[in-house]
Amino acid sequence: MTATSYNRAPGDRSIVTDKEEPISAGALVYTLGLALAVIMTALSFWVANTSLLWAAGVPLGLAVLAIAQMGIHLVFFLHITTGPDNTNNVMALAFGVLIVLLVMAGSLVIMTNLNGSMMPADLMDMQMHY
Amino acid sequence: MNLLGKLDWSAIPFDQPIIMGAGAFMVLAIVGILSWVTLKGYVPYLWREWITSVDHKRIGVMYFLLALVMLLRGFSDAIMMRAQQAVAAGGAQGYLPPEHFDQVFSAHGTIMIFFVAMPFVIGLMNFVLPLQLGVRDVAFPTLNSVSFWLTASGVLLINISLVVGEFAKTGWIAYPPLSELQFSPGVGVDYYLWSLQISGVGTLLTGINFVTTILKLRAPGMGYMRMPVFCWTSLAANLLIVAAFPVLTATLGMLLLDRYLGFHFFTVDGQGNAMMYVNLFWVWGHPEVYILILPPFGIFSEVVSTFSGKPLFGYRSMVAATMAICVLSFLVWLHHFFTMGASADVNGFFGIMTMIIAVPTGVKVFNWLFTMYGGRVRFEVPILWSIGFMVTFVIGGMTGVLMAVPPADFQLHNSLFLVAHFHNVIIGGVVFGVMAGYNYWFPKAFGFKLDERWGRASFWCWLIGFYVAFMPLYVLGLMGMTRRMQHYDNPAWQPWLVVAAIGTVIILGGIVSQIVQLVVSIRHRDRLRVTGDPWNGRTLEWSTASPPPAWNFAVLPQVAERDNYWVTKQRANAEQVPPLQYEPIETPKNSPVGFVNAFFAVAIGFALIWHIWWMAGLGLFGTFLTILIFAFRDEDETEVPEAQLAQFDRAHQSEVAI
Repeated sequence: MTATSYNRAPGDRSIVTDKEEPISAGALVYTLGLALAVIMTALSFWVANTSLLWAAGVPLGLAVLAIAQMGIHLVFFLHITTGPDNTNNVMALAFGVLIVLLVMAGSLVIMTNLNGSMMPADLMDMQMHY
Repeated sequence: MNLLGKLDWSAIPFDQPIIMGAGAFMVLAIVGILSWVTLKGYVPYLWREWITSVDHKRIGVMYFLLALVMLLRGFSDAIMMRAQQAVAAGGAQGYLPPEHFDQVFSAHGTIMIFFVAMPFVIGLMNFVLPLQLGVRDVAFPTLNSVSFWLTASGVLLINISLVVGEFAKTGWIAYPPLSELQFSPGVGVDYYLWSLQISGVGTLLTGINFVTTILKLRAPGMGYMRMPVFCWTSLAANLLIVAAFPVLTATLGMLLLDRYLGFHFFTVDGQGNAMMYVNLFWVWGHPEVYILILPPFGIFSEVVSTFSGKPLFGYRSMVAATMAICVLSFLVWLHHFFTMGASADVNGFFGIMTMIIAVPTGVKVFNWLFTMYGGRVRFEVPILWSIGFMVTFVIGGMTGVLMAVPPADFQLHNSLFLVAHFHNVIIGGVVFGVMAGYNYWFPKAFGFKLDERWGRASFWCWLIGFYVAFMPLYVLGLMGMTRRMQHYDNPAWQPWLVVAAIGTVIILGGIVSQIVQLVVSIRHRDRLRVTGDPWNGRTLEWSTASPPPAWNFAVLPQVAERDNYWVTKQRANAEQVPPLQYEPIETPKNSPVGFVNAFFAVAIGFALIWHIWWMAGLGLFGTFLTILIFAFRDEDETEVPEAQLAQFDRAHQSEVAI
């Protein structure tokens, strides 16, 4: 990192001038994002209630839609792009995804493994009924 | 309907002389301080300059002060437990009844982790980070003040629990099903949960604030590989805060839903699964220990390098080790519950990961040793703490790796061996680090050094006291004594517990020495007065006056190297320094929003604990209103004119070396 890419400190006004975002482009991006987000939401309600899909595929479909929804939020509302100013955002996102994956996968493995060591349900029922 | 919810006079334990005595002492102290401050007419000053301050240096000092006060509270819990266990052998019951003893050990753990160690570390980061990065404040100054006051709210709630009602009897980890309504119907667990939820929000906001500060605000030219190591370790710790604290909030939130709204996340009935709580709690809990220890690692790096008069050995490996720990700390959490019943494969994986995470820590220890090697080490107080740390922490680390072996852990789990281990790393690592940092940066914060003689006394008391207090616990653990015992039958344990109690008294000597050190130093401050650079420092915080002005740097430093200030000093004699060009600076305006917000946070917490619903609603509305009013502010910055900057710099010419 060199002096050119340094960021503004509080109370430091001169060196880097603020770039004005064209407002129309911003509004367009947000509208597009909102439309896509609404479509994703509507689709998930449809998926949950439809008989067109194979029943076992419904949870998977919902998961896919949920992740797509997150992607839309990140790109259209939080402005994660591949542009040069976005290195920090992309790195933060990568770190976040890594940690979420570690925690979720780890918890699933641990809890499944623990469940495997539990007394089988029918045995437990028998004990409770006696 | 009762306007005060569950609250009535029976909440105050009038029949418990110990609690009432402690409570009366606390109330007297608070009333005494408040009336002294009011009579002396300090209130407007405190309000203007401290309570509403958004200056990172002031907030850092307040964090540290808060932690010091809570250290006294947490330590009195410790000394009560050691005294109880020293006498409650054989048939004796000691002086603490079981339900009180249970509250004491729960409060000790909760306070020491959340309200001593965290504010110590966050306070130091607050004070040092912007100065080391060569900038004028953190990224969000008012948010910083909000964070501090939210932490203070949590502290207030946990202290109220001493007198009004009770504290949790569940241990500081509050495992369900014990912490569920069915087995803990009182308000103790609710005090625990709400004080952690409120202060947890504060900590998360701090994490976001500091990550943004380090990534986005650095002096011109300060690339990542030119940042001081303390900034790196703080970056890693704050990334961990951002990643881990939401997990704690969510987990405690689920427990709250169980307790308040009849959910069944962790209950025994209704398909709840208490093991999920244990799992999620330690998903936060293990990164938490690295949140606490990484910033002290940075402190040791700064101290060792400064007092050896050498650049840090293996800067790059230090950075790599820090970031490796940052990620690996999310891969080891199961070692806190090896005995919960996972299979050998799962236990084995996490055991090995735990051993692996010791490697980067080992790298760091060698780096510090090699930094000292061949240097001309000045044995002042900060380096004493650092050397004490290296010896003590390595012992603690090795007992940790020992327990990372699952079969060994099955023997040692929940024994005093474990208690000795984590005190060994937290006292030997975090507390020693914080004390090193305290002695090291105090002159920067206040413009005078801390008294050396009392500093040494404090160090030696802490060091010796630590060994006398905790080595017997290792032995007791191997003898089979479990933690949290109100009384015990085995008379063979008693001599060791008596020794441990003596050790605690020696540590008390250390704490008293620290207080005396502070008082003596304030009284002799004119003799101890220093310039901007009392230790012959290497990093940017030493290039400004002590104490630094509100704007930190009149002109932002240009960074061209690692240890930039040191290099500049070396070059200064040879080169002509051009006169500084001043430009007006805008500094953030003070704001009462943090304090007001905290007032409402305490009201919400207290109301929810005692089921006073109208008050909780009012508090929420107040918080909303506070934020709303803040959002509609017209101006949030004041301008410091060039003339004032120039005048300050002229007045401190002799202090500012360059």
